[in-house]
Amino acid sequence: MSLDPITLSVIQAGLQQVCDEMDLSFSRAAFSPVIAEANDRSDGIYSAVDGALIAQGAGGLPVFVGTMQYSTRVLIERIADGSAAAPHPDDIYIVNDPYLGGTHLMDVRFARPYYRNGEIFCWLSNTGHWPDIGGSVPGGFSASATAVEQEGLRLPPVRLFKQGVLDEELYAVICSNIRVPEQRIGDVKAQAAALMVGEERLNELLDRYGDDTVKQAIAELRVRAAQQMRSCIRAIPDGRYTSVAWVDSDGVVDEPLAIRLAIQKTDDTLTFDFAGSSPPCTGPMNSVLATTLSSVYLAMRHIFPEVPISAGAFEPLSVITPVGTFLDAHYPRPVSGCAAEVSQRIAEAVFAALVGVLPDRVTAAPAGTSGNFALGGHDPERERDFVMYQLSGGGYGGNDDHDGLSNGCSTIGISKAPPVEIMEQAFPVLYHRYALREGSGGAGRQRGGFGLDYELELRRGQARASFVMDHGRFGPQGALGGADGAPNEVTVWRSGTPHTPEHLSKEQDIPLMAGDRVHVRTPGGGGYGDPFDRDPGQVLRDVQLGRYTADEARDLFGVILDDGASAVDAAGTERLRAKAG
Amino acid sequence: MAESDRGLVVGVDVGGTFTDLILLDPKGGDVRLAKVPSTLDNQAYGVLAALSESEAHLPDVDLIVHGTTTTTNAVLERKLCRTGLITTAGFRDVLELGRRTRPQAYGMKGRFEPLISRDLRLEVTERMDASGAVVIPLDEESVRRAAEQLLAADCESIVIHFLHAYANPAHEMRAAEVVQAIWPNDYITMGHALLAENREFERGVTAAVNASVRPLLERYVERLGRELSSHGYDGDVLVMNGNGGMVSSRRVAREAAKTVMSGPASGVIAAAYTGRRAGIKNLITYDMGGTSTDVALIRRAEPAVSSEIEVEYGLPIHVPMVDVRTVGAGGGSIARVNAAGLLEVGPQSAGASPGPICYGRGGTEPTISDANLLLGRLDPGKLKSVEGGVSLDDVKTIFEDRLGAPLGLDAYGAASAVIQMANTRMAGAIRMVSVSLGADPRDFALFAFGGAGPLHASALARELGVPRVLVPSRPGITNAIGCVVADLRHDFVNTINRPLDLADIDQIHAVFARQIAEGERLLSKENVDIRCIKHLFSVDMQFVGQSHLLRVPLETSTPDRATLRRLFEEAYYRRFHVELAQIRANLVNVNTSVIGERAPLDLSTLIDPAGRKANLEDAQTGERPVFFDRKRHDTAIYWRDSLPDNYLLKGPAIIEQMDTTVLIEPGDEARGDDEGNIIVTVGALS
Repeated sequence: MSLDPITLSVIQAGLQQVCDEMDLSFSRAAFSPVIAEANDRSDGIYSAVDGALIAQGAGGLPVFVGTMQYSTRVLIERIADGSAAAPHPDDIYIVNDPYLGGTHLMDVRFARPYYRNGEIFCWLSNTGHWPDIGGSVPGGFSASATAVEQEGLRLPPVRLFKQGVLDEELYAVICSNIRVPEQRIGDVKAQAAALMVGEERLNELLDRYGDDTVKQAIAELRVRAAQQMRSCIRAIPDGRYTSVAWVDSDGVVDEPLAIRLAIQKTDDTLTFDFAGSSPPCTGPMNSVLATTLSSVYLAMRHIFPEVPISAGAFEPLSVITPVGTFLDAHYPRPVSGCAAEVSQRIAEAVFAALVGVLPDRVTAAPAGTSGNFALGGHDPERERDFVMYQLSGGGYGGNDDHDGLSNGCSTIGISKAPPVEIMEQAFPVLYHRYALREGSGGAGRQRGGFGLDYELELRRGQARASFVMDHGRFGPQGALGGADGAPNEVTVWRSGTPHTPEHLSKEQDIPLMAGDRVHVRTPGGGGYGDPFDRDPGQVLRDVQLGRYTADEARDLFGVILDDGASAVDAAGTERLRAKAG
Repeated sequence: MAESDRGLVVGVDVGGTFTDLILLDPKGGDVRLAKVPSTLDNQAYGVLAALSESEAHLPDVDLIVHGTTTTTNAVLERKLCRTGLITTAGFRDVLELGRRTRPQAYGMKGRFEPLISRDLRLEVTERMDASGAVVIPLDEESVRRAAEQLLAADCESIVIHFLHAYANPAHEMRAAEVVQAIWPNDYITMGHALLAENREFERGVTAAVNASVRPLLERYVERLGRELSSHGYDGDVLVMNGNGGMVSSRRVAREAAKTVMSGPASGVIAAAYTGRRAGIKNLITYDMGGTSTDVALIRRAEPAVSSEIEVEYGLPIHVPMVDVRTVGAGGGSIARVNAAGLLEVGPQSAGASPGPICYGRGGTEPTISDANLLLGRLDPGKLKSVEGGVSLDDVKTIFEDRLGAPLGLDAYGAASAVIQMANTRMAGAIRMVSVSLGADPRDFALFAFGGAGPLHASALARELGVPRVLVPSRPGITNAIGCVVADLRHDFVNTINRPLDLADIDQIHAVFARQIAEGERLLSKENVDIRCIKHLFSVDMQFVGQSHLLRVPLETSTPDRATLRRLFEEAYYRRFHVELAQIRANLVNVNTSVIGERAPLDLSTLIDPAGRKANLEDAQTGERPVFFDRKRHDTAIYWRDSLPDNYLLKGPAIIEQMDTTVLIEPGDEARGDDEGNIIVTVGALS
């Protein structure tokens, strides 16, 4: 007999709670700021049979939506065929191989079998972004890698904890291959402890409701989640919706990479076809299949945030494996850019394809880059080497209701950027500006949000600057008649002479001397709707606040202001707009 | 500070809907209560109306302690006074850019309006570096020009916020002097003055909040003071702060940002006080109202304090405040069946308008309050008195149609399910709060207040494994009680940020000594009777490389290095069950709270002892069928004020009182204590 809907709801809330507590425990105990502050981690519960996602913490990093179900499935398959060691209670497997259901090497997954009465009931798994995993550059984001070996240490699924005990030999191998290993033990213990919290809480849930009831609930919830997603999809008219999104380059070969997407909506399913996208690339902008799938899922979750994350919710979404494209990378293609950049461009393609048919749900394109700028060098005053990362936000796309947010976080992240004061405390740099990038929001009835404009100077010693950004060649797409946001711009001032990275948004190891400067302007969001339909009063306000010039008001929005921008010239504006219309 | 012979004490708290007042005669034990509608445009009218309703004779009143939402409302509704910013060249947009976030993890929409608009944010030439060394000297002429420009733009209040001023405030202080020379009032807030912490956005927002509510608060307390003195009150008005202490109205406006979260803090202070007197020192406070539920943690009778409160998205206020978390659901939360055929409660709320169906103000969506009514937990007889003409049958029909039909339940089954889901969600949220503060709910008692708290508390306690529930005698006026029992309090935080093995221990002792001296100096200026001065010492520590801090309470202000290391490791182990002997510890902050304790007040007369009946039978007012756990029980109804001494009530039972309804569920037992509280012993999970 089927379970009553109330028991189902209560068990659903209970499973969600287990995952949320794992997330919380992981972040609170973690050492590296990437996890503790930026929440670059995720925790979930996965099927013992096929690794399918049962529940996932609500506070997990969006890009991990769905990825762990693929790594868990591979682990289950490998255990079955004997290529991974057989599990015991209290074992924890570690794996970061991108081609086995992963993202990039820095995202390290732990998986723990959860036993009931001597049998595996389900798997608990989590992912944490380690600050370093070896490879040619600190932090792992090499813009010029051409093979995964250059990107760092690759671990197949092996047991790091055997029946609750850390394998010191394996751990020593890991530590010998990564930078700053002495602090990693804190993160490893935090990551393992989070799974332990999950086990304790799951015990309580099963003891209370009974193993069979929970098992039945999990199966039923999967069906119902699919039902919920299907009902969302039905709001879209049947048809084929297409879009193209561009990655500037792969970092090695200076040519744009195309993501060509056709979404076929039939009845209550969506099929995502990336056929015609660019072939696998030489540099690190390849995406492994798990990340490509996850990017589609996270985009759909941005559109329908009310549907909880579970394998059932993904069922009505089928993604045709993009064989032969850079969105289905295989060994040894380098992949470090897939989680931070390509994933955002895939999400942008989904948004662009659907904004026309879901105009109240979807926004114009957001800045869509993590804005990764790394500066590594030597600080002669403190007599030590340093590596700093500046991640930056950008403008969000306008939407049917309001203008885009300025300096929003990346589409796939939820992390805060570090304050200038903390950066200057830790590193030999001085910021000259950390400002709103005027004029960058794409014009529209609701304009895009504004990007960030920052400029910093190396105060002493020498350093090398590396950039893994995107949207340098093309700005974030406007929608429904809105204009594109301003593209990303990087200028490196060396001895007073400007240098623009050859690939605009990507370059590695640009040498800097004391007094040299780095100037970054991040993308604005795409505009939504015809800018000539924008309320002239709002255009006036933006000019008064210095966000656009009076010339931009006229040229982009068709609004004429009087001298001194104190009022709208209504008659002039009407004439200008009528002429254009 | 001699004891006065008049000695009446008044606590008056202005909430969103009602202004509550309690008047206490600490000697005679006489208590008077008043509840009048709040007057939000000028809260003073409501305060005076409450005083008048209580028939207080103001010349006999010794002390008035006031909780006000003047600043809270101003910030949330952005009804702020016109404020300008002078800041370091290149950084005027810090307040608008924030920390690159979005309001929610999923969904790419969101709005953010900075507190000070861009045209009123001006830049001047100056620059410090992170060590506090001058990189570019202050151009005083540019400060003068900027101030003149802001004056010309009709600014009343001004913020001076420079990069790295926490490390060296010299430029901010000099700029303030330059501004003061031409500024027509003293509404000048320096960024470093409230908060000497190294995060420019958070420090800047805290200063901007302060500057933009300061004139409002100052005018309000002045007006209130005049009104009170014209009625014969010649004492000082003390105002509640978000840290749960009170401060003189003469000084409160200077640090007005500290009052923004004072409303919820006073409820927690009342809980800590009540718990201490009842001998229950570890409490989770649970304040459920119409639109939201607030939760806080009290350990060893001390409320948890945080310096990182976010009032709403993008609005951090980083001064020490009682750590009250809003966890969502309130009585007005709406229940619906989603596309998966599952029941959801919240996050949408009917709010106060239209409110639940049973309010009769046009609400048509089933809410938690409606479910309580349908199940007989709230008195359905009361419906008749509500205008708008909604009948119980109307509520029942809506539950049948909207929830029952899709779920395959009748109206009562649907209402039971709503209560069960609401409790599951709230219990989960309370667990997350306690776990994030490193606490296991099973080690606590639940302190239930607010209009709806005592209706749900026992069920939540059972869900959480919490063994006991404490329902104070007047759950509906807890905040006003918090005002009358609050102590004077000053908090200090100084940043050291050094590895413990390199830290200068003498310097740490000196910081503590300075904090103590400053706190005691401020206490001596308050015109309030205090019984003794208490100090709370702590340090915030972390392992090197970590970003989160762990607060380590200290017994003394002169700890040695080995003790600090040991206490930190012990606290860390208790919290995370991880030992990391191989990693260095970092000492980040040195904290002292200096508390002027007032003489304790007897609260056992909050319910008039003369009203007690001889036995339970006499206290019973009736009986009605009530649903518990989807089953109908004939349930005795009692009137709280009539309950006898030493009663023991076995659930199911309902205790009604003027300001709330207390549910005693089957399997639970309730008894009264000497303080007039109800202590519910929670039965096992069925």
